Amino acid sequence: MPTSLRHRSTRKLRIGGGAALLGLILAAGALPATAGAATGSVALVAYSTPKPAYAALIKAFNATPAGKSVTFSQSFGASGSQSTAVADGLPADVVNFSLAPDMAKLVKAGIVSAKWSSTPTQGMVTNSIVSFIVRKGNPKHITSWASLIKSGVGVITPNPFSSGSAKWNLMAAYGAQIHQGKTKAQATAYLAKLLKNTVAQPSSASTALQTFLSGEGDVLLDYEDDALYAQKQGEPITVITPPQTILIQNPIAVPLNAANPSAAKAFVAYLLSPAGQKVWGQQGYRPVLPKVAAQFTFPKPKTLFTIASLGGWTKVNTVFFTPGTGVVAKIEQGLGVSTASS
Amino acid sequence: MSPPPVAEPEVDRLPAPATLAGAGASPRHHRGGRRAAGRAAGPTLAVTYLSLLVVLPLAALVTKAFSGGWSTFWSAVSQPEAVAAFKLTLVSSLAVAAFNAVAGLVIAWVLVRDEFRGKAVVNAVIDLPFALPTIVAGLTLLTLYGPTSPFHLDVADTRWGILFALAFVTLPFSVRSVQPVLAELDRETEEAAASLGASPGRVLWRIILPSLAPAMLAGAGLAFARAIGEYGSVVLISGNLPFKTEVSSSWIFSLSQSGELGSAAAVSVVLVVIALAVLLVIGLLRRRFDMSEAVLGDGGGGRSGSWPSATWASWWSSRWGRSSTGPSSTASGRPGTR
Repeated sequence: MPTSLRHRSTRKLRIGGGAALLGLILAAGALPATAGAATGSVALVAYSTPKPAYAALIKAFNATPAGKSVTFSQSFGASGSQSTAVADGLPADVVNFSLAPDMAKLVKAGIVSAKWSSTPTQGMVTNSIVSFIVRKGNPKHITSWASLIKSGVGVITPNPFSSGSAKWNLMAAYGAQIHQGKTKAQATAYLAKLLKNTVAQPSSASTALQTFLSGEGDVLLDYEDDALYAQKQGEPITVITPPQTILIQNPIAVPLNAANPSAAKAFVAYLLSPAGQKVWGQQGYRPVLPKVAAQFTFPKPKTLFTIASLGGWTKVNTVFFTPGTGVVAKIEQGLGVSTASS
Repeated sequence: MSPPPVAEPEVDRLPAPATLAGAGASPRHHRGGRRAAGRAAGPTLAVTYLSLLVVLPLAALVTKAFSGGWSTFWSAVSQPEAVAAFKLTLVSSLAVAAFNAVAGLVIAWVLVRDEFRGKAVVNAVIDLPFALPTIVAGLTLLTLYGPTSPFHLDVADTRWGILFALAFVTLPFSVRSVQPVLAELDRETEEAAASLGASPGRVLWRIILPSLAPAMLAGAGLAFARAIGEYGSVVLISGNLPFKTEVSSSWIFSLSQSGELGSAAAVSVVLVVIALAVLLVIGLLRRRFDMSEAVLGDGGGGRSGSWPSATWASWWSSRWGRSSTGPSSTASGRPGTR
């Protein structure tokens, strides 16, 4: 598989701009690749939530013959920031984002191959779902999306213009309506009600969790993996799986200009192997390999839909999340006018 | 009276030493002499350093902001969410700068004029907001003044929360600008005024405050500039709700995360221009204060003679005070400041 990837990228280089330099870097990096186990350092650039998972995964990878002499430099942060940083020149051997548009940014910048998603797992390394986190014992009896728009319920979801997690949350809310047979207009109206009940829009999933844990709000929309992690840390919360929710898919890739592609590819191969996927599962992520996923008992929502069922990220991102003009921006403006006049 | 060693980081003093030296301020000659020694190297180094650290990035920011032309710039900064954030940011920053100018004066006063156990510790604590990573500050404030507040003071998700956070991070500016000036302040003048029958309030208003005004202004300017750009400490406690508690820095972050770097730069440029304008105005105001002090203080050595600082005491009171009192007259005073 590494060879086929390299072929693919060379083919792309013939077309792409700035190809000569990239080719040189790639060739230089690829030279020592041929002999056995990978060595050297791998620069991992990822979104913020999988930080604890990667600690476990790197430890496990270093215990395998292929990974025993690989070291890591790790960078975690908001998915969008990390993607922008790599596009602006932050060296990366492995990139792992919250959602596909952040990978698309790097494709546009010529850093990641346009065919990054042509893998057996469609370029994804983990799955998750959007869950509700409520106070321990669920005092407000939050069971479904309809519970969230009742008066007196305070919702926390990060700011969708700065957080990948928030985009997943809002599309889960929207899609839940669509998949219950509502029209697009009704689903949009639901989003408006949801945002009206929103008491805080922290800038990222992690600050949203901190905000919720500090006592604000009644329900936090969050990645299931993050919720499970917080629960494991002993936080006084209950995790609710909504009847309808979205399948979160987190993309991974080795950039074309990776300095150490052989070790990077070995690491990614491990992350996607049954052994690696099992570690992901233990860390609260839903494995992308069905066989491994079957070993875990994650809650099964009645309806689990994908972003593709809503038109795919490229379209959704433009229609809903363009600052100033997107559907969500318009809703916020409408709410802003009403709060300003009240 | 030598110019007090004001802690004056950024605020530009403007190239006025020649005129001031003409008024007989001898310490300034010393400074000029030392400066002459490194005449070639000093400015070059300073300009290069400034360019690398400040001018170039700002130029790049402006270029980015206008990369789509004027209309793109305008639509970015006139977007309703951007405008709402501007208003909130500027009003909160002004309010906090003004409030902290007073609070900073009180704290500086206590630190300079009063003796008490643990003063050194308190003095050191003042600077902690500088040292604390702002996101930690935000989290701490949220814990203390959020829904789980041990004092039952919940300002989370409100504009009060923003004021709390901004007041916290800008306090050191306000205290540290005033403190050294207050320490250098000639107490004989106050005593003289008191012995001539001035009430404590009047001494404060007519003697002390005018001397401290330039430093207070400088502190307020820095606090304001810092406040409009503050991000970390604010976002957590504010709730970051668009149109309600979303400050400009947070809106800029959202734009950058959405890949709208041009719009992010445009909004930033507006903040930078406002900060620059405020700092310039404050620089000019301070220059007027300083010059009038140079004229009076070094002039006849008559600080403790007739009622002091007539020139700019009158300037001060013509603007802020009940100008009917005292021997000052704006007609005789103000031309001297030019």
